[in-house]
Amino acid sequence: MEVLRDQNWLLTVGTFLPLVGVLVMLFIPKSDEQSHKSVALITALATLAIGIYTLTQFDFDQADKLQFFADAEWIKVISSNYTIGLDGMSLPLYILSMIVTVLVMIYSWNHIPSPGNPKAFLSLMLILQTGMAGTFIAQDLILFFVFFEVVLLPMYFMIGVWGGEQRQYASLKFFLYTMFGSALMLVAFIALFFKVRGALPDGVEPSFSIPMLAEYGGLLGRSAQIWIFAGMFVGFAVKVPMFPFHTWLPDAHTQAPTQGSVILAAILLKLGTYGFVRIAIPILPEGAREWAPWIGLLSVIGIIYGALGCLAQTDMKRLIAFSSVAHMGFVMLGISTLTPMGFNAALFGMVAHGLITGMLFFIAGSVKERYHTLEIARLGGMLKQLPKLGWILGFCAMASLGLPGLAGFWGEFPAILAAYSPAPGLSEEVFRVFMVIAALGTVFAAAYLLWLFQRTAFGEPKPEFSGGNGHGDHGHGDHGHGDHDDLHDVNTFEWIAWTPFLIAIVVFGVYPQLMFKIFDPAVSVALKAFGG
Amino acid sequence: MLASILAQVPWQAPSIDYHAIAPEIVLAAGIVLIILVDLFVGESKKWVTASLTGFVLLGALIPVLTLAVSDPDARSLFDGRYVIDEYALTLKALFLIAGYVVVLLSQNHVEEGDYYQGEYYTLLLTSLTGMVMMASSRDLVSIFVALEFLSIPAYMLAAWRKRDRKSNEAGVKYYLLGVFASAVMLYGMSLLYGVTGSTLLSEIGRQITVDGDFGGVHALAIVFVVVGFAFKVSAVPFHTWAPDTYEGAPTPVTAFLSVASKAAGFVALVTILYVGVPQAKDVWQPFLWVLAALTMTVGNLLALRQSNIVRMLAYSSISQGGFILMPLAVAGTGDAAGPALQAVVVYLLVYAAMNLGMFAVVIAAARTTRSGEISSFGGLFSYAPGLGVLMTIFLASLAGIPPLGGWIAKFAAFRAVLEAGNGWAYGIAVIGAVNSVIAFGYYGNVMREVWMKPAPNGETRAVATPTSLVAALTITGAATLLLGVLPGTVLRFGDLADLVGAFGR
Repeated sequence: MEVLRDQNWLLTVGTFLPLVGVLVMLFIPKSDEQSHKSVALITALATLAIGIYTLTQFDFDQADKLQFFADAEWIKVISSNYTIGLDGMSLPLYILSMIVTVLVMIYSWNHIPSPGNPKAFLSLMLILQTGMAGTFIAQDLILFFVFFEVVLLPMYFMIGVWGGEQRQYASLKFFLYTMFGSALMLVAFIALFFKVRGALPDGVEPSFSIPMLAEYGGLLGRSAQIWIFAGMFVGFAVKVPMFPFHTWLPDAHTQAPTQGSVILAAILLKLGTYGFVRIAIPILPEGAREWAPWIGLLSVIGIIYGALGCLAQTDMKRLIAFSSVAHMGFVMLGISTLTPMGFNAALFGMVAHGLITGMLFFIAGSVKERYHTLEIARLGGMLKQLPKLGWILGFCAMASLGLPGLAGFWGEFPAILAAYSPAPGLSEEVFRVFMVIAALGTVFAAAYLLWLFQRTAFGEPKPEFSGGNGHGDHGHGDHGHGDHDDLHDVNTFEWIAWTPFLIAIVVFGVYPQLMFKIFDPAVSVALKAFGG
Repeated sequence: MLASILAQVPWQAPSIDYHAIAPEIVLAAGIVLIILVDLFVGESKKWVTASLTGFVLLGALIPVLTLAVSDPDARSLFDGRYVIDEYALTLKALFLIAGYVVVLLSQNHVEEGDYYQGEYYTLLLTSLTGMVMMASSRDLVSIFVALEFLSIPAYMLAAWRKRDRKSNEAGVKYYLLGVFASAVMLYGMSLLYGVTGSTLLSEIGRQITVDGDFGGVHALAIVFVVVGFAFKVSAVPFHTWAPDTYEGAPTPVTAFLSVASKAAGFVALVTILYVGVPQAKDVWQPFLWVLAALTMTVGNLLALRQSNIVRMLAYSSISQGGFILMPLAVAGTGDAAGPALQAVVVYLLVYAAMNLGMFAVVIAAARTTRSGEISSFGGLFSYAPGLGVLMTIFLASLAGIPPLGGWIAKFAAFRAVLEAGNGWAYGIAVIGAVNSVIAFGYYGNVMREVWMKPAPNGETRAVATPTSLVAALTITGAATLLLGVLPGTVLRFGDLADLVGAFGR
């Protein structure tokens, strides 16, 4: 496997720099909140600067090769190394994780959720950033596993401490589900190592290196591949989350603070899908072929189930959470076709969903801050009261339902198209049925998103929020201010945090080639075993 | 008359390698020294004994280190009955350092509780001497002597708060069940001696082979010996003493029992299985398989129901013991012997760091909360963020979450099991995987109290943590983090070649 080793310190610095910020914050007293915010923001910005430098140094003509490749001894006894590298599949996600962290930091400047304590909140966010970036650069299964797990605890605390009323239940559920998945995933990784070790030709050193395993994983027998793939499948599917492992998601999203929801939607869910395209499918082609119809089936169930779930929700945040289940269904459908087009669609869908749903969660957070409720029935007339916020919501709803010209379209449409002709060896009939169901799903998506927009933004504002009298059942009557005093339109920090998202949604929607041309070479490498 | 009998037996003094037994000599001298010092210092100066104990332990560590770097690699005394190999040295170092941390934990506890300080440290040192001997013992008699050497002081330490009924209960329960276990084990050992005519483990290993006249009595002997150690390492169903003893004993003693004493039990078990009866694996593998599966599962399920943190940690330590047993249950299969030994040694090292750290945090936090109820730790993070974060680190490590030490221990155990690769191995691996998820239920519960609940008594400030506890927290916390991030540092230990005579080698 050919790799580029130039500037191989870049990824390590970019990944671990946030921890330096955490270390600095450790020595600043808790009460000095302003310093904490500054240090955290500066760290995130510095990390992003490294990321952008990485982007400029990335050789786009060789996006199929691992670049900035580094390989150092780590745990020799178990043949696991500190192997890192970046190719076209991981680069966009790696950079996206940095951008999202910066924007979330900006948003946090005056939105630290109750019960406060920016020191802990922002430190956890920085640790989270290290875990996310690390997962995308890891080229060794054990290293991947470690980074994959690093994100668990910070997210657990973020939901559990700064979340809504059901936060403790939601955080525990999130944790147990993910941990169950990763336990099986780890067992699958180790089993894979032993099986491949037995099948390796002479002279090849057994290790956990992903490129090496991708090269020789195909030597395994069919039944071994099927079993090992099953273990990995559960681990990744919980994280995505796929139906029927999705039940932690609505709770976690609904209860998490805005920043937590955004990171969860924008990056954490992608760790699961990324695991499929980077590890499970390239290493175990036979297993993948065997499981692909089932993955496709669960994906379309997820699409329809998520959409129906959305239609039944009365809470705006919960609705967006269910829409994630549906959108990730499209991503997984693309993956299950095992075709370059499907993979490209899935990768694009991952980034697009990160941008759009992340944005929707930001909006939900701001709505909650202004109206103190997310109950759709109590909202209304946002376009009259808060026109800017209302229009941004409309824009994101359009993007989310897959309007051509915005980013969401390029995740869904090619995925459906790819299901028309899946990889050789997969049943065309079955996938065409999936295609029809998924296409129906887009109609549902239009329905629930437009309905959401209509109910919250159109019409007259509800009386409890519109006048000086009538505070509703939970008004702050005791201190003499009506709720409508909080009803200010989009503020500066929100503009700074949101504008990059909005621009990106338009740019990638108008010119998707920008990303497809990065993905494509790496995708063909990943799908080598399928004749793609 | 004795003289005439002795005169008939040709006897010459064995040549003794004093360098090899220098750690034991330092410890023995230290015990005497502390008894003497205790006699002559006044009541207000009794704290001297604690510091002295610490110095003795660090002093004993010096010959361990010089032995580790010296030639030859392995030294054998008394015809192979007492062997100092890499395996023994690694575990001796573990016992000494763990003992040092326990002294740090005990200092304020014993001083403020107005307990008998001199006697306390004497007994602690005596017990540690037994453990250090255990690491080298390769003979049924020396193993038994070492075991009693380490157990009898521990019985007394468990009952140290003598006006507290719970502490008395702890001591009596521990004593009665411990003695019972010793009796069962001794019976098994006598059978082993009876069928092989030797107490030397390597000789027993040569005689007990599957193709020979292997019969019921051999199997019974092995099972009895394993049962004896199952009590010691509190494996289910021989665990019933542990929760009551752990809860009643002074907390530093509990830390000592759950880490050092348990490790000593595992050391002896590994020595006997690997050197003494490796060929009889068809007897002990299924037996240990059942023990491991039960221990992990029952320990976990009972831990879920506890409201007292020490009882919770008692059951958690039972369940962790199951994870240490897990690789042993397949140690004789295929190529698993090496990875299994490594897994056990690494698990013991990591477990010592994180569990001692956990107890250190509990002792430090209990200075403010004055209670052992898990609910009393509510809001710890808000008024004592340092302790809150440390507690999270140790809990997460116990739960096996990377990048903290516990994950590499669990990883090594799973790796050894999957190396065996047969149906039994996959079965226990799945049970282990499910259990490591269940375990988060109770570890996460404590984290939830610490981070997400308000302080029950409205505390806003924590009682200052004394220096010795800070030192203990620093050592264990640094070790837990380091072992997780750079596991290569400990994974070098516990190679099959380190244990002289293992599996007939």
